[in-house]
Amino acid sequence: MDRFYFDNNASTPVSPEVLDALAPVLREVHGNASSIHYYGQTAKQRLEAARRQVAGLIHADPQEIVFVSGGTEADNLAIFGTVRYATRKRKHVITTEIEHPAVLGACAQLEREGVEVTRVKVGSDGVVCPDDIRRALRPATVLISVMHANNEIGTIQPVAEIAAIAREAGVYFHSDGVQAVGKMPVDVNALGVDLYALTGHKIYAPKGQGALYVRKGTRLGAIQFGGHHERDRRPGTENVPGAVALGAAAKWITENLEAETARLRGLRDRLENGILERVPDAGVNCRNAPRTPNTSNMYFDGIDGEALVIALDLRGFAVSSGAACSSGAVEPSHVLTAIGLPRERARSCIRFSLGRWNDAAQVDALIEAVAGAVQHLRSISPTYRHAGK
Amino acid sequence: MPGNKTIAVAMSGGVDSSTAAALLKKAGVPIVGMTMQLWNQRRLPELYPEGGPAGRCCSLDDVYDARRVAEHLAIPYYVVNFEERFERDVVRPFIEEYLAGRTPIPCTLCNNHIKFDQFLEMAEAAGAEQVATGHYARIRRDEKTGRLLLLRGVDSARDQTYFLWGLTQQQLERALFPLGEYTKPQVRQMAAEMGLPVAAKGDSQEICFVPNGDYAAFIDAYFRERGEPRPPVRGEIVDTNGRTLGEHAGVHHYTVGQRRGLNIAAGEPLYVIATDPATQRVIVGRNDELLRGSFQVSSVNWFPFERLEEPVRAHVRIRNKHIPAPATVYPASSPGTVEVRFDEPQRAVTPGQAAVFYDGDLVLGGGWIC
Repeated sequence: MDRFYFDNNASTPVSPEVLDALAPVLREVHGNASSIHYYGQTAKQRLEAARRQVAGLIHADPQEIVFVSGGTEADNLAIFGTVRYATRKRKHVITTEIEHPAVLGACAQLEREGVEVTRVKVGSDGVVCPDDIRRALRPATVLISVMHANNEIGTIQPVAEIAAIAREAGVYFHSDGVQAVGKMPVDVNALGVDLYALTGHKIYAPKGQGALYVRKGTRLGAIQFGGHHERDRRPGTENVPGAVALGAAAKWITENLEAETARLRGLRDRLENGILERVPDAGVNCRNAPRTPNTSNMYFDGIDGEALVIALDLRGFAVSSGAACSSGAVEPSHVLTAIGLPRERARSCIRFSLGRWNDAAQVDALIEAVAGAVQHLRSISPTYRHAGK
Repeated sequence: MPGNKTIAVAMSGGVDSSTAAALLKKAGVPIVGMTMQLWNQRRLPELYPEGGPAGRCCSLDDVYDARRVAEHLAIPYYVVNFEERFERDVVRPFIEEYLAGRTPIPCTLCNNHIKFDQFLEMAEAAGAEQVATGHYARIRRDEKTGRLLLLRGVDSARDQTYFLWGLTQQQLERALFPLGEYTKPQVRQMAAEMGLPVAAKGDSQEICFVPNGDYAAFIDAYFRERGEPRPPVRGEIVDTNGRTLGEHAGVHHYTVGQRRGLNIAAGEPLYVIATDPATQRVIVGRNDELLRGSFQVSSVNWFPFERLEEPVRAHVRIRNKHIPAPATVYPASSPGTVEVRFDEPQRAVTPGQAAVFYDGDLVLGGGWIC
């Protein structure tokens, strides 16, 4: 059976150019980047070259890049590293209902530590209104954390406007950019963010390497303790191969972003139009909102999204619904609930996320498969039949 | 054995369902394995004083085991989330029954509403027309009537028909019990011979979502978690003459036949004879007062025929470990209801439990004890 991968928001394959950069480092560069000898210096050089590449991708200074293990750690470091070290006695954090669990989970932990948290609602378009963030501000507010692009529905948040509000209020602003980097231009200065998280495995580097942008002058304490690595912000021997891979991925995006996003947008539109033409009682969630070019979240009334994911997998197409929980089962999506979808419709959604190795022929095959699978599922669905469709 | 149509196997991670999957695979049937995530074991953490629900149904350990078996068998495998439906159709009715003074069997509700309903739908979505489980029971077709019959598993100690009496003809049409012809020791031996990684795993015992069998603690924790006030269940303990002997903290702490936990000083051993949900009274009495000669059964499902027209002789089982006792089953006035009259009165006929009617190995039918 031919297999096709349409779940690039979950994770991407490693690209040939990343592999080419990574393999020689794994083979030849084994020194500890903190060591003073030749081996250490070679490792350090590779590490810093990678840091420059990552900084270049988001228009930051290399000194503002902290290498971490991935998106979750980047978000945790940004949130705990600022809030725990804020000198105020009462502390308040603002975030949104549609954040990734890396942010929501960290905020829930802050609450257990006595910090107050406001989770601002989003509109049915999946976008938070900057004025709602402004209204949530309190004298005790120390941090605002709003994602740049949503992982499930792809909606792009008004990060620059929120950053301006944060700056005006004298509050730090963190943005989880894990799903934005590689899918749209990111300029941390134009955006005005203080902290910005990204990860390698969404942009064709391996799992286990991410980065946190920390604007110069930001008071950020460590959340793990040991040596003096990463300017005391992230103790632990540097993962030089991981950093090199992330750097190579960043370099490719810097050079190819415009053409690749245009290509992905074309494929995404082809997919959505093709499915809507073939499948009745279906639609695209937040279609008219600003969205990342590769992401499409669609509903298919009368079916169970989890069943559709399984049916498509057995036909060779990898897509996703909701978020995987620890057992591997699918949990109801907090994002789809937050945009106001009724429970039944939220259950009927699946996400397609395209990447570098998808092409028009694959998209056409996916359209066929979805049309066939949805028709089959509806033919056996009690709710669809009873709806009299 | 069936042909080349795909079969979905409900895999719990235990030795029975793993062996069922392995037997089908060995027979060359295309199968897909699925584990039903029924209950989030992170809920109600206060019920797990040892720190975690390890080794329990739906625990990560069991899903890990099921996944390992699927990998061993090289079959497609999925974990499917039925938590919402399980809570609605199994957990909540279970709680309501207890609070109404009955003693429910969630396993039967799960078979009727989850394993042979929602799971069937999910199996069909995956292109499977039948589902297989690790139940110890057998299915036969009656060539004369064309109806599907349910028979006890060959291993009478493991027979699970007491929980399967509610299956309809449509559900039986699509169910497979590959272990029905085997004994548990044979199953373990086959599991070992086929190299299944769970061959030596212990059996699961209790109701899967209730830790340590403590129903009352589960019910109280459930209401606390939801922030709902638990309906008032305090009341009096009275004897069969209506004389008040004491007080109790909730009818859901008591089940018919229970002796322990009454905290009443009396000259002779006292047992719960009945609970009265209307007055929240627990009625206690002597052991011989627990004996009953007849009772009503509702929601009856029959296997060899559609409905009962004439009285029928049967051995009737009134709880899982009860040895079926000879009785006559009479049609009652309202449809779907029958009256059971034992030849000899039986101890602790418990409302909420099932009565299952047997003719030798054949399951005639069953229903809920009123």
